[in-house]
Order: sequence, then C-alpha cells, then structure tokens
Amino acid sequence: MDISQLAENIHEFFPAASLFSGPESLNITCDKNVAPGVCDLLFNRAHCFFMGLDWGQQADEIHVIYLFLGPGNEYIEVQTGTKKTDPVFYSVSQAVHAADWYEREAAHVLGVDFTGHPKLGDFVTHNDQPPTRVLDAEGAFIMPIGPVFSGVAESIHFRLETIGEEVIRTVPKLFYKRRNIEDLAVGRTSGDVVLLAERFAGTTAISHALGYCMAVESISGTDVPKRAVFLRVFLAEMERIRHHLGVIEGICASTGLGVAASQVAVLHEEALRITGTVTGHRYGFGMVVPGGLSLDLPDDACLTAVNQVDDIVKRLEGIERLLVKTTTFLDRLEDVGVVTKTDALEHGMVGPIARASGVCADCRRSKPYGGYDVLRPEIPCEQEGDGFARLRVFFAEIRQSTVLMRRALENAGAGPVFSRVTPKAGMKTACVESPRGLAVHRVRVDADFRVQHYRVFSPSFANWHGFHTAAEDFAFQDFPIILATFGLSVAESDR
Amino acid sequence: MSRWALKGLKTGVVTTSYPGGDERASGISPGLPVSGTTNQAVIAACPVHALDNGGVRRNRCIDCYRCARTQGENMAWDRGFEWAQVKKEAVLPAPFKHAVNIRVLDAGDCGACLSEIEQLNNPYYNMHRLGFFITPTPRKADILIVAGTITKQMRPVLMKTWEAMPTPKRLIAVGACALTHGVFGQDSPVLSDILPVDVAIPGCPPPPLAIIHGLLAITGRKPGSDWEVE
Repeated sequence: MDISQLAENIHEFFPAASLFSGPESLNITCDKNVAPGVCDLLFNRAHCFFMGLDWGQQADEIHVIYLFLGPGNEYIEVQTGTKKTDPVFYSVSQAVHAADWYEREAAHVLGVDFTGHPKLGDFVTHNDQPPTRVLDAEGAFIMPIGPVFSGVAESIHFRLETIGEEVIRTVPKLFYKRRNIEDLAVGRTSGDVVLLAERFAGTTAISHALGYCMAVESISGTDVPKRAVFLRVFLAEMERIRHHLGVIEGICASTGLGVAASQVAVLHEEALRITGTVTGHRYGFGMVVPGGLSLDLPDDACLTAVNQVDDIVKRLEGIERLLVKTTTFLDRLEDVGVVTKTDALEHGMVGPIARASGVCADCRRSKPYGGYDVLRPEIPCEQEGDGFARLRVFFAEIRQSTVLMRRALENAGAGPVFSRVTPKAGMKTACVESPRGLAVHRVRVDADFRVQHYRVFSPSFANWHGFHTAAEDFAFQDFPIILATFGLSVAESDR
Repeated sequence: MSRWALKGLKTGVVTTSYPGGDERASGISPGLPVSGTTNQAVIAACPVHALDNGGVRRNRCIDCYRCARTQGENMAWDRGFEWAQVKKEAVLPAPFKHAVNIRVLDAGDCGACLSEIEQLNNPYYNMHRLGFFITPTPRKADILIVAGTITKQMRPVLMKTWEAMPTPKRLIAVGACALTHGVFGQDSPVLSDILPVDVAIPGCPPPPLAIIHGLLAITGRKPGSDWEVE
C-alpha cells in the first residue's frame, strides 16, 4: 500500500477526516473520537511506524498530533483537538501500544485525560506512590533498585517483582532527571537552543545537535555546504563508534569479564581522545551549528583520525574473536533479555535493539538525510533479539561506521563549512539515526528565529518503554547484563 | 581464560604518569579559556555570561567555543586539566590521604560528566592506583561527587544521600551544571545553594584528569587553584 492508496483508504473509512497531502507528508485532521480508529488503521493495517506524540495549545484549544512514518517513509500527522473546558481525548494506545508512554506523558504534562488508557496519572513528576504488586505468591516481594545505585550509574529507579531468585517482572521508573529541556528552549534564539539539544544526551551530542540543526535549516531553506554535510557524517559516525565502544565495554564489565572490559575501555578512551583531537572536545560539543559546522576540520587531521579509528577497530576485532570463544561470557548473553520481533514492533522500539530483533529499520537508509543518500550504508541486522544478538549488532555497526567515515571524507571535497541561516518562521520535523536509534526533532520558530515549540522523540524513551519485555522471568544476577546490552541513556529519555 | 591473561599482558601499561609526571597527550581535555576579552561583541555572544571585561568565570564555561570560533576572537585557551578549586579548610586530614571511598551521584547530568567519571576506572587513568575507590553505598563514602543540574526530583535524593554519609565528608561539584546554572539558565538550582561544596571542578564535562586533580586536592596531595565559586 503506498501513501495515495492509504489516503484513499482513510477517506473511505473516515469520511469526516480532512486530508492534506504535501510532498512526502500527509496531514490528517480529525475529530477526537475518530483519532483512535485512524491510528489503528495506520499502525495495524498499513504498518506505519509510530514516531511519537506532539502537542500544542491555542487560546481555548488543546491539540495532540500522533506522528507516523508512512509506507514510503512519509511523515503522517494525525491531528485532533479539544476545548480546554473539556480536556478529554480518546486513547489510541489500546490499538497502538507504542503510544502508551507518550499518552501518559501528555496526560500529565497537559493535564488532559485519555479515555480508555489503562494507566494515567503521575508519570513525569512522580510522587512516591506505593508500588502495586501483581504477583500473588508466597514470599513474593518487590525489590527496589535506585535511583542511587551501583558504581557510576544514571539516576533511575527499578522495581523488580520477585519470589526470591527469579525476577518475574521489572517496572522502570524514569524522569528523576527531567530537566525540562524542551520547555527551556522556548523563547531562546535558534543558535542557543543547539546547546540545549547537545545536552539531551551528552554521549550522543553530535547526533542530537544534527537533528535539531536539520530541522532549523529546513525551515529557513538553508543549503548546507557539501563539505559540512559530509564532515557531519564523519563526526556522527565517529560518535557512533565511540558510543558503541562504551556499550561493549559495559557488556563485558557486567558479565564480570574484567580483562575484556579493560581492553575495550582502552579503545573507548582512545576514541574519546581522537574526537578531542579533531574537534577540540572529547564529546564533540560545539561542533554542529545551524548552517553547518563551527570549525573546518583539516583533511590531514581527519585522515589521521580515520586511520587511528581503523586501528581501534582492528584491535576490537581481536577482542571480538576472543569474546566469541569465551563460553562463560556467551552463556551469560545468549537467551538473556530476549526482545521478540513482535514486542519490538508493538513497543515502537528503535536502533540497535530493534535491529537485533529483526526490525531492520534505520533512517539513514529508509529516510536518508545529509549525505547518507550518497553513502547508502549497510544496515547490520540480527534475528534472535537476545543479549548476544545485540552485542553482534554493536560490533557490526562499528565496522560499518569506519567504512562510512572514510567514504564521507572522500566525498567531502573542498569548500566552506558554514552558510548563513536566514530567519524564517515555520515548523519542521527532522529524523536522525543517533547511535541509540531514531531521534525525531520537531521545531517551530517565529520570524525572529526564536524557538516557540520543541519536541524530541528520543530513542531511549522508545526503548525504555519496551525494556520490560526483555526483563521478564530472569535470574536476578542477569539484571545488570540485560541493562548493559540495552545501552540506554536515562538523560535522553527524561529530557 | 589464559588467552585473556595473555591479551592483558600483551597490551602493556597505558596508564598516565600523572600525578607523578606530566600528561600531554592530545585530546585529553576540552580546555577552558584562560583570559577574557574586552571585545563587547564576543562578551555578548557568550551564552552563559562567562566572560566580562578581560576576565573569565571559568566555572560557567560550557565549552561551546563560540568566543573562539564563531566570533573569531583569539582566546587564550588552557588545554591543561589542573582546574580544581578547593577550600583550604576542607582538605581531608592525614588518615584519608591514601584511601578514600567515593559515591557518585547523578543529579540530572546529560551523561557526559558521568561518562568522564566512568573513564577514571579505565586503564589510562586507573584511579585505584591512587587509592580512590567508587563505592555503591553512601554509608561507606567519604566523598560525594555530584554531577549535573539538580532537578526537582533528585533534590530529596541528593539530601538523603548526603545525610547517609558518615562524617568527615566532603562534597565535590563536577561540571558547569552543578557549579553554576550551566546552559539551563537561572531557574536551575546550584549545588552550593543547597549543600556546602568543598571542591569545584569546572568544565563541560571536566576531563578525567581534572577530576583526579580534584580528588588529589581534597586529600592534600596536590594544591588546588583559587576558590572561584560565585
């Protein structure tokens, strides 16, 4: 089914909904009682990917927008509104389970109700409610973990429901770290907001800055110089390698394989130093700005960096060869923390986690942006969905990224790396494939180029939503391993 | 398993010679501006107001490089890392000099500061050799490292963690967010308004060696720089 057939279908089933097709987009405005039906059709029959839920407020109206990626990767927006005096919507999460957390967030932040949603209330700023137990067995109890736990860990709280050794289910409680970045962005200049965008997740700053800048640049219609486009790819892929090295290090450490963890940690630190040498900052802060890059990277420095990264990958392959022969290591990853393909699709999971479960989606390929249409990266995929499959995806993506770094550099050519962004009012959505998966940035700016509205659908938010599917019926000592193989960020999810 | 032992031996020692010697490898520090500027356009362009006439409020700097790059000002940049400011009277007494336990608390950090703290355990920095140990429980901790802006949700958690620690205890604020408002603006609280900060480590994020310098300073093994906390 292509987008025009889909539009016809919607028109046929829901004649009251008004449709507006643009280039690579379809906007559907409908009554609030029709929205669940439209979303059901999009998600379950047309198999569109649910990206997230955005919202807005006018004088006396609140509206919510359900965002989907269409069959040809078009943006499909389903917009519905209600009067502020009657702040009630109809929940779509019964049909679109991926929208579950988004509706809970919207309900709490906007103070609206989603009729039919099984669990609304405190979500973003939770009070310490007594935990609800589902398990009715002798000796069953809830084991709390966090928010302050382990050695160096991000603040998050888990409730493991257990009957002793075996954990039956896991409930993560996030938003301890909610900094309200999206709200803080409102009223700031578009140039300042990129600094906030970098700090959704400091370890993937370049990708988030890129997502934000792409949205701003498409509003103003800026042509980013070719050299900047490819150097951005170069930096983004370097970031992917560094991020994945960190995750692999975490996986080795969680299984108690000290030497392997140290070996990867050496490579991780080297990757940080390479980033530091090339960009001046170990995490690439301050590099990506609306209009291009803040600094031209000399070709020889980039080439040295690629060669050094190649060397890292070569040594990493040596470690990988040893790892796959270490049975004590494999025993702790195989069949641990399994995410089935159905679960991954239902929960709208993204990135390496989804790709390890047979959902081979990657917007560098499906919705290519800045340079990836030329580079056409190969997307490594696995089927099993267990910890080992995820580890293999991380390894394979690192290999793929070094190839991309080199090719990006070959394509960069000479020229400027910055072009001035002309202020223009508007709203745009941009997708980037951050190391953790699809990140969607929605930005609205006014004529002065100040940000009026900013929403980010982060990969960690989507994947934390599905985390519990992997953390069911497992032995307690596997918990850190499952956590490490997900490699998620809390800051990115809490925003 | 013997393969791993061999692999480890083959890699050899990569650990930095700091604090015994100097560390000058490339890419170990994002740097901080040393001296300010009198160019009003550059001063106005700083998103966190870290520059004033000729001076730098280093604790505010978020490493956006706007002054040096976009504005093209020739800023004097310190690519070192011995940035930690320590309160003279807070330096720990002798029994703590060679072994301290540290609890790390993430009060709302973006992940970069925390990642740099994690690097302290990697073979390049290996802080165990200096007698610094990260502990999972505040009950055992002598030092609390706090990173990130203090969110509303984390504030009670921070207080409980601090109260759970035995005395004498010291508090280290890591990074621009914990020290000043950082990029998040005036509404975000500052750690020193809530608890008494003993060591301030500027940077966004401070590199691992800057954090090691802070730990050495609080245990009296290295001098800290002048107290600049506003």
